[in-house]
Parts: sequence; structure tokens; C-alpha cells
Amino acid sequence: MDEHLATFLRGAYEMEQAPIISFKHVSKVYSNGTVGLKDIDFSIPKGQFLVVVGLSGSGKSTLMRTINRMHEVTEGEVYVENEAVSAYKGRSLRTLRRRIGMIFQNFNLINRSSVEKNVLSGRVSYYPTWKSVMGLFSAEDKQKAVASLNRVNMSEKIYARADELSGGQQQRVAIARTLMQDPKIILADEPIASLDPLTTKTVMDILKRLNQEDGLTVIVNLHSVELAREYADRIVGLRAGELVYDEPISAVTEADLNKIYQAI
Amino acid sequence: MTNANLPRRSWVQRWHVKGIGWTALMVLLLIGSSKMTDVNVGMFFSNLDQFADLIVRMSNPAWDYLSVIIQPLIETIQMAILGTTIGTVFAIPFALLAAGNLVHNKFLRGFDRLVLDLVRTLPDLLLAAIFVAIFGIGSTAGVITLAIFSFGMISKLFYEVIETIDMGPLEAMESVGASKITIIWYAVLPQIMNQFVSYFLYTLEINVRASTVLGYLGAGGIGVYLQRSLNEFNYGATAVIILATIVVVLIIDGISNHLRRVLL
Ligand SMILES: Nc1ncnc2c1ncn2[C@@H]1O[C@H](COP(=O)(O)OP(=O)(O)OP(=O)(O)O)[C@@H](O)[C@H]1O
Ligand SMILES: [Mg+2]
Repeated sequence: MDEHLATFLRGAYEMEQAPIISFKHVSKVYSNGTVGLKDIDFSIPKGQFLVVVGLSGSGKSTLMRTINRMHEVTEGEVYVENEAVSAYKGRSLRTLRRRIGMIFQNFNLINRSSVEKNVLSGRVSYYPTWKSVMGLFSAEDKQKAVASLNRVNMSEKIYARADELSGGQQQRVAIARTLMQDPKIILADEPIASLDPLTTKTVMDILKRLNQEDGLTVIVNLHSVELAREYADRIVGLRAGELVYDEPISAVTEADLNKIYQAI
Repeated sequence: MTNANLPRRSWVQRWHVKGIGWTALMVLLLIGSSKMTDVNVGMFFSNLDQFADLIVRMSNPAWDYLSVIIQPLIETIQMAILGTTIGTVFAIPFALLAAGNLVHNKFLRGFDRLVLDLVRTLPDLLLAAIFVAIFGIGSTAGVITLAIFSFGMISKLFYEVIETIDMGPLEAMESVGASKITIIWYAVLPQIMNQFVSYFLYTLEINVRASTVLGYLGAGGIGVYLQRSLNEFNYGATAVIILATIVVVLIIDGISNHLRRVLL
């Protein structure tokens, strides 16, 4: 019995420790010759709150987009839950993307549509195309949209048009849309870059809650060193497409971070 | 402070050499081409009395003819609506394929645009003459002509609108795992719908006017009656037809202008 239990526990422990995302010698050169990423090699364990810092143009957005294959890599391989993302095609690529929510600096809501429709649009990968197009969402999913909006405190705006909302409200709706995917990973590309300090805190707190309460792995690109130190479990730094810094939050010092932001 | 640090204008800029040069060239070309084509401006003025004569003979509208032309007027409007609608239905997929921001396959896009360019080079009067020869005198020829004309015009207007849309929502829909058609439905259509409708109405306006002329070639509608009355020197009827047509065109233009103002 002890032997079985031991095996089980070891298995559980390994699963917990197994990285949810790994970069294996990933390089990316854009078709115009710009180097986006250079030999990136690191792993992200499940449930981590990772903040990626770096100067403008250092490759943060590129790195993030190789995870859900919005960008192709030119060398190496990205693994999500131990599957190489380059292996996905068509329908399977869409189910990969369904597991990975993405939040953008410009929110990227459909401005002319209602908040409800925007949130439901996060669910379309669970439906055949014709049902999505006809808007034939199940009663459960409409309920789920309300629940998602509730989690970001936006349910009273459900029938408003997206472009009637403030920036912070739009970003919260965008998070609700992402929640409809039932994602395991959330990628947030400078989610607060166009928000004021107060709404910044609201949005970052929501991301932190999703990380701690739901166990989602969260990766956030940030320009702000203070925010990185406040929210991250671990900080990695990029410079000119290279991973130049990688420390758990306990080991991060102010001096380190300032160094990343010194253009050389 | 003087403007001493401003760069000096070259003499070409100072004397507006380019603007004056182009204007002179245009005037020369205009004179040259009217010489070559034997346009006699004098004839326009010397024949003014014939014009006046026609006006006098038409100044006696045969109002009872109005009841005869109500039906063909309605037919003209129906032709325009039908032709525009058919053309639009076919234009939408072609416009989507021609948009550089949606279709990255250069060959597919290039082929699609080639087809559209070819269609637009066909003069509508030529089309009408051909289709009258094929289908005989009647509105079928008119509807097909207008459909082809609308197709060429709308597909170009549409794809140019599509190329100006905000790509953010498309990126977001791609990241949730939506299929191509779902992305177009959720992220593209809401952004372009108003302009689409506006261009549809604009084309409809043009088609109502065009269909009166097409009828002259036998392609159905009020134009057939216009031609008949002129052939029979029945100028009283001609006057009624022209007045009624102007009123109808004005009404359609008014409605469509109003709708477009509301939409944009
Ligand atoms: N589509 C593209 N084609 C060519 N080069 C690109 C493309 N996208 C990004 N790049 C280049 O790749 C490099 C990395 O860009 P990336 O957007 O990943 O940087 P970033 O760290 O996200 O910057 P920012 O903080 O400004 O968002 C930059 O030099 C950029 O100019
Ligand atoms: Mg970026």
C-alpha cells in the first residue's frame, strides 16, 4: 500500500511540477530580417504568475504570441502541456488557442457590439461555425457570460455597447471574454498600458485573483518595474530578443531590474 | 527671432513651377484634343434654337399619360433594387477575398482583383445591348446589366472599406480559437456594416438613374417609353416621362441620402 501511495504521490508531485509551457531553443526571425527572439530556453510551471519585462522592441509581444501560435517560430519549439505547438493545425490549433486566453493593450473588443455579445464571442470555439454565426448560444453559456461579467464586476453593463465603456471597463470585459474560454493559461500583453493607476490596480488584481483562486498560469508583459515586483512570482527580462534575466521574485532586486531597462 | 533657421525654398518651389506647368499642359491637351476630334463649340450655340424649339413643344405635358407610365416607373425601381441586390450578394465574397488584410495568399487575391478589374472595364451600355440581344427586350436584360455593374462597383468599394478596419478585434477572435468565418462574422462585419449599407444605397441611386437610360436600349422600365415617345414625336408624353423620372430619382436620392446620414 505504501508503495502505491508513494508512486501516486510522486506522480502527483511531478505533475504539479511539470511545466505547462516550455521554450526549447526558440528563435524567431521576421520575414524582413528583424530578430524577434534569440535562443529562448526556459520553462513556466503550472500556476505561476510570470511577468516579462524589457524595453520596447525587446521581443515581449513576440514571445507571448509564439505560445498560442499567433506567431510562428523559425527555430526551436514551444511546448504547451507537453505538446509541441507546431504540431497543431486547423481545428486542433483552434482548440489549443481555446485553452490560452489573451488580453491586449487595446482591449480589442468589437466596439459596435454589446458587452454580452463580446463576452459570448469568447465561447465560439465550443460551437460549430454555423451556430456561432447564428448566435445560437446555450442557456448555460449565457448564464456563464453573466457569471464571467460578475467576476470582473461588470454585469450591470451587459447590454451596453462596448465603445460606451471606459478603458478599464473595456479591459474587464475583455477578461470576461477570456474567461468564457475556460483557459488554463492567460497571456496579457501590456494589459494596463492605456489605463490610469487606479484601474491598473483593478485589472492587475483581477489577474492575480484568477491566478490564485483558479490556479491559472498567468503571463503578463509589463513596462512598470514596480508593478512587476508587486504582482509577479517570477520575473524574466528580455533584451534584443534574448532572455537576459530570470529570477524568482524573492531574489529580484531593484538594481537588477534597472539594469534590464538600461539600453546598451 | 527671425525665420533664419528655416530651409530656403528652391526657385522651383518659390515660383510654383510645378503647379503652373501642369495647368498649362492640361489646357494645351484640352485644346489639342478638341481640335483633333472636331468638336465644334460654335455648333452648340448655333443649334440652341432647336433646343428651344424642343422645349416649347414639350411645354405641353400630356398629364393623362401619367397613368400609363406609373407601372414602368415602378418596374424601373424594381429593376434597380433587384440588380443592386444581386450584384451585392455576389460582391461580398469577392470583396472579402480581395482584401489584403484578410487574405494573405497573393495569388488568390491577385486573381480575384483581376476579375474585378475586368468586370469594371465593361461599359454598362455595352452589357445592356448584349443582354437585350440575348434575352430580348424586357427587364431581364436590365436587371442582369445592373447586377454586373453593381457587382464591379460594390466589390471595389467594399474591399477598400475592409482594408481600413481595426485589426485588433480580429486578433482577439483568432486568439479565442474562432474559425475564419466566425472571425469575419464577429470582428469584420460589425465594423463595416454601416458603410456597406451606405455604399449599397449609393449604388442603388446610381442604378435608378442608369436604369432609365438602359431602358432606352430596350432593357425594360421607363426608358422604353421614353424612346417610344421620342420616336413618335409625342413630346407631351416625353415631358411627362422626364418630369416623373426626375421626381422619382429625387425621392430615391433623398431617402437614400437621409438613410446614409443616419448610418454614418
Ligand atoms: N510583424 C513584424 N514584422 C517585422 N518585425 C517585427 C514584427 N513585429 C515585431 N517586429 C520586430 O520585432 C522586434 C520585437 O518586437 P515586439 O513587438 O515583440 O517587442 P515588444 O517587446 O513587445 O515591444 P513593445 O514594448 O513596444 O510592445 C522589434 O524589433 C519589432 O520591430
Ligand atoms: Mg509589445
